[in-house]
Amino acid sequence: MANHTIAHDVYVPFLEKKGFLSWILTTDHKRIGILYLVSTSLFFLVAGIIALLMRFELLTPASDFVDPHTYNVLFTLHGSIMVFFFIVPGLAASFGNFLIPLMIGARDVAFPKLNIASYWIYLLGTAILLMALLKPADTGWTFYTPYSATTNTDVVLMTFGVFVLGFSSILTGLNFIVTTHKMRAPGMTWHRLPLFIWASYATSVLQLLATPVVGITLLLLITERTLGVGFFDPAKGGDPILFQNFFWFYSHPAVYIMIIPAMGVISEIIPVFSRKPIFGYKAIAYSSLGIAAISFLVWAHHMFTSGISETAATIFSFLTFLVAIPTAIKVFNWTATLYKGSIHLHSAMLYALGFIFLFTIGGLTGVFLGALAADIHLHDTYFVVAHMHYVMIGGTVMGFFGALHFWYPKWFGKMFNETVAKIAWFFIFVGFNVTFFPQFFLGIQGMPRRYASYPAEFESLMSLSTYGSWILGFGILIMVINLISGLINGPKAPENPYNSLSLEWQIPSPPPHENFEEIPHVTDWSYGYGKKKELEV
Amino acid sequence: MTWIPEVASNLAGKVDGVLLTITLLSLFFFVLITVILIVFAIKYRRKRDDEETPYITGSEPLEIIWTVIPSILLIALFVYGFVVFKEMRTPPADSVDITVTGKQWLWTFDYYNGKKTLNELYVEQNRPVRLVMMSDDVLHSFFVPGFRVKQDVLPGRYVQLWFTPTKIGTFDIFCAEYCGTGHSVMLGKVNVLSPEAYDIWENGLPGEGGGAVASLPPAELGEKIYKEKGCNACHSLDGSTLVGPSFKGVFGHTVELADGSKVEADENYLRQSVLEPQSQVVKGFQPVMPSFKGILSDEEVTAVIAYIKTLK
Repeated sequence: MANHTIAHDVYVPFLEKKGFLSWILTTDHKRIGILYLVSTSLFFLVAGIIALLMRFELLTPASDFVDPHTYNVLFTLHGSIMVFFFIVPGLAASFGNFLIPLMIGARDVAFPKLNIASYWIYLLGTAILLMALLKPADTGWTFYTPYSATTNTDVVLMTFGVFVLGFSSILTGLNFIVTTHKMRAPGMTWHRLPLFIWASYATSVLQLLATPVVGITLLLLITERTLGVGFFDPAKGGDPILFQNFFWFYSHPAVYIMIIPAMGVISEIIPVFSRKPIFGYKAIAYSSLGIAAISFLVWAHHMFTSGISETAATIFSFLTFLVAIPTAIKVFNWTATLYKGSIHLHSAMLYALGFIFLFTIGGLTGVFLGALAADIHLHDTYFVVAHMHYVMIGGTVMGFFGALHFWYPKWFGKMFNETVAKIAWFFIFVGFNVTFFPQFFLGIQGMPRRYASYPAEFESLMSLSTYGSWILGFGILIMVINLISGLINGPKAPENPYNSLSLEWQIPSPPPHENFEEIPHVTDWSYGYGKKKELEV
Repeated sequence: MTWIPEVASNLAGKVDGVLLTITLLSLFFFVLITVILIVFAIKYRRKRDDEETPYITGSEPLEIIWTVIPSILLIALFVYGFVVFKEMRTPPADSVDITVTGKQWLWTFDYYNGKKTLNELYVEQNRPVRLVMMSDDVLHSFFVPGFRVKQDVLPGRYVQLWFTPTKIGTFDIFCAEYCGTGHSVMLGKVNVLSPEAYDIWENGLPGEGGGAVASLPPAELGEKIYKEKGCNACHSLDGSTLVGPSFKGVFGHTVELADGSKVEADENYLRQSVLEPQSQVVKGFQPVMPSFKGILSDEEVTAVIAYIKTLK
């Protein structure tokens, strides 16, 4: 492992400085990470409460708790906030910022000022979104034309907010790519990099290459609405499904922007709590890049019923099946890492195992949607809603919660109550499944998504799903209270509570301002757990 | 409740075959992963803090096995899904064409013999039907779960969808592509008739099952339209509140609108409510009624008003 020394007598934790300006003007990657963590977590809670309101409306078939227009606004806000303001920057920007320099042995990212500028841009996007709330859009987070070009709600302001946010994403991606290339400590070769770094790298490439496309698309939509240019309006010679092609050209890679960092988190948590090297390091590392590459070529699998040609649908279906392969490889490798391990079911590990279980369901149900004939029946039903939430909550959010519990001691220098954390995990895990598993059956039975009211035949499964959302919400509430009370009166965290070999655990908790007193010299990878029989990497 | 809707078209069984195959394969891999996870988590649970673990970094044979086997299975599934999809997209030459128009928030169906129905599609059992579809406004999607068919409906471009209904009965039509405030009330029915019943429907008296005629007294014609054009789905006759206000006693009464203003429900108010429903929405109701402009003639609108007048 690394050779390094820390002079503890001059140690000043990075959290030491207080005051608004010390935060908003900071260039410290760890503080910027906290800024993102707090902002994205707040949006997660807001969008979560909106989801609870939607599920409450869906408790009974009639549209009675809120009117249909309000329901449509609610699902638009839920989707837009969750996707653009929480999941995309959630793990990638908050944990990416905190962990990348620490894990590669650097004092900060390559461009610290650009880093805080990216956060300011995120805030600007947020401010624009809040303005749009005066007359929020009712288009769904996908903003499909021609509806989004004709509704009298404030689509322009809302999409402009997302457009601005995109720059934050692009600049953060650029910053992380350069950091990974140029800032690695001596001896930190590509094949010694922690897998979270590989995952962040793949994510950053996607952010850099895909985000401009959604930016351009939203500008075209804004132009269509404000200047009446008919890009998407067939009456003016436009194409009604061109928007979908553009939108998914970004938004499918964006799915991987959301999930790949969580895969990185899982690859860090499992070896530590199994005391085993990660199984198939290169397979996991390269499959992240493989997924990132193929993810650019599968966008039209969202459009099999849209009116695209049969040839196009066939090609996109085939490519979609290809993207399943690297995903399956990762699941098998994580599972194999447990073999003959010394497994400790820490709360972070429970989230990691929960991830494998739920993400497997999310991945397998994706196969249904990739198969052409099956997708025709299932598209735009609750099956898609369930599949997507198994990937986004079962995958990304489980990874996010796992990361929160895993790096919490390092980040804040405090410990939370482990028993309460396990109880919260239990409610979240059970509540999630009760909420979303019935939705697979609803979808197979034909219940369309985005319905404010629904036929009575679906009532029993719909209300079961609503009860589940209460259990899920309760679990998240316990988790939030537990993590916050740990900050206030939790015991002090040791430097390395899990005996991890990764660089970030070799320095004090919380880390000092510039992380490493002396830049470490790396001599081995960070997964060297267990008794070596032979020397190999 | 069954896990999948009744098989009601020639395509449904084939789609179910794809669904079932993927379900079984998925269950196999899901159970495999779950069992291994649980067994490992129990068997290798940490008993002492200083347990020794082996240094295993990977296995090339395993990596090859779990890359190649899923790849073969996935490609097989792709081919199966494609073969059925190809059939779903290839209507037979002898199918009956019906023109479908989606608009916010209703479906209209035009038949070869000039009949026209609203929200109710009439087809004959065991006779292939090809729907030629277009939207009047935004995107919609024509979805019949019982037939396992779905197709987005676009403005300015025809799209097609076909099926052969195999079961007599009534099946749901859902709009599956979000289309605005009334998306969840854009519902229709497919009525699959036996060849004999279809023959009667097809050759029935002029006006029956669709095209209204002027030979009836206005109020009777209005009642016919009320039932056939789907007004009854949202407007009751007995004073009970459905999606829209009841017709009972509405004529001549003062109505409070959503903006707080009050109008008298006279002939012109009712006419405007049919043709431009969003312009004067009654307080407490949602602006989800579709416009009947182009669907009802002036004469038919007058007949509906005459009918409403009789509902004291």
